[in-house]
Amino acid sequence: MFRGHRQHAHYWAFALHRIAGLLLALFLPAHFYVLALSIEGAAAMDGFIRWTDAPLVKLAETVLVILLAAHLTGGLRLMALEFIGTRESSKAAVAIGTGIALAVGLMFLLNVT
Amino acid sequence: MSNSIHVSVWRGGEQGQFEAFDVPRQPSQTVLDVVTYIQRNIDPTLSYRFACRVGMCGSCAMTVNGKPRWTCRTHVNKVAGDGTLEISPLRNLKVVKDLACDMTDFFDKMNRAEGKFHPTKSRHDDFDVVLPDDPARKLAAQAIECIGCAVCYSACDVVEWNKDYLGPAALNRAWTLVNDVRDGGNKARLTAVSGDAGCHACHSQQGCVKHCPKNLSPTFSITGLKRATAKAALKGEL
Amino acid sequence: MPGAAVEAKLWIWQRLSAAVLGICVIVHLAVIVYAVQGGLTADEIINRVSGNLAWFAFYSVFVIAVAIHAPIGVRAILNEMTPLRPGAVHAVMATFCLIILAMGFRAIIGLYTAGGV
Repeated sequence: MFRGHRQHAHYWAFALHRIAGLLLALFLPAHFYVLALSIEGAAAMDGFIRWTDAPLVKLAETVLVILLAAHLTGGLRLMALEFIGTRESSKAAVAIGTGIALAVGLMFLLNVT
Repeated sequence: MSNSIHVSVWRGGEQGQFEAFDVPRQPSQTVLDVVTYIQRNIDPTLSYRFACRVGMCGSCAMTVNGKPRWTCRTHVNKVAGDGTLEISPLRNLKVVKDLACDMTDFFDKMNRAEGKFHPTKSRHDDFDVVLPDDPARKLAAQAIECIGCAVCYSACDVVEWNKDYLGPAALNRAWTLVNDVRDGGNKARLTAVSGDAGCHACHSQQGCVKHCPKNLSPTFSITGLKRATAKAALKGEL
Repeated sequence: MPGAAVEAKLWIWQRLSAAVLGICVIVHLAVIVYAVQGGLTADEIINRVSGNLAWFAFYSVFVIAVAIHAPIGVRAILNEMTPLRPGAVHAVMATFCLIILAMGFRAIIGLYTAGGV
């Protein structure tokens, strides 16, 4: 996947942005389905929430949070390039954006466990 | 450091295979030197392109160890640390033979992107005055040095994924003309660069920026086109 | 070229919805981190949003923005990485947009009216 011409920061930023976006798009219908369980009452929803207590699920949730934050920071990178238009490659932006996404994920993980 | 390099060279057309050669190592040797050595001393049937061999014309562009580069400006020491080299023709272009590729699509897209000047004056009119510190002139100046070597086109993944994508060089050239006050073809040009194979397909991966031997930024030009086409769309001019 | 104005407008809609989502997502992430502290329960969620017009409005804006943003994004992936023709891609995306709107508002209305409002 990472052939010679792809070995640079902005390619990885793009790849992460696209993969995160796709996984989030696929996750959305499931997310809405669970929230709509509230129609059947708190008990139905709690049944599902109990399932999310499993450590593996908590890990998956953390990954989802990272993906959401990463997609956000990746989008900010893109819009900064498109509207502010910098000629330099702004690799710092990629580093900072990734760092923020991981930090948000860590904050979630520490609070959910 | 051994005194020979093990080189894998693409032979054939679209179908073919890599062929191995051993080339004596020299100080200050470029990849073009290596290819030339093979053709002159080992296999005269090897086909490749070059012209100036001093980094001005862009003819010697090939894929070296996976990256598109000018071979006359690529020192073997920089890329063959472990004594091996893999040389193949530029990605995203049809192979004619061995290391020579067909540049037709590349130049066709320059045309399709309206990367050509449309004059508005005749010899009977006064010259246009374009001052050096005019903002549009500066934007054009940043992108004008492109010599059409197709390294950026080879580095671009969107070109690989979307056969119709105009590509970084064509869009970069269109941007220089958008900023040329003497040119009268902007309506057609903004429409041309805004189709489903135009500037909006760019994801700012900046492979073009990373590999351009003249340090140009087609990504920067393309973001300019995105803004210009958005304005034109809102005004109903597309 | 018929595609020109369409592409430019999709680009504008994508960036506009992205700007809206930027704010929505930051709020959403903050709420998530706050809500999972001490364990998550359905009662806690329902108590927070049920009958609350502000949350209803917030999530409505969120869902509409996502319904615009996600299909345009996935469209690029389908165009570049699958053999689907443009007409088919358009149909898939329009369907996806409707699914997000339908399921999203079902969830929002469900939560707003849960707890017997």
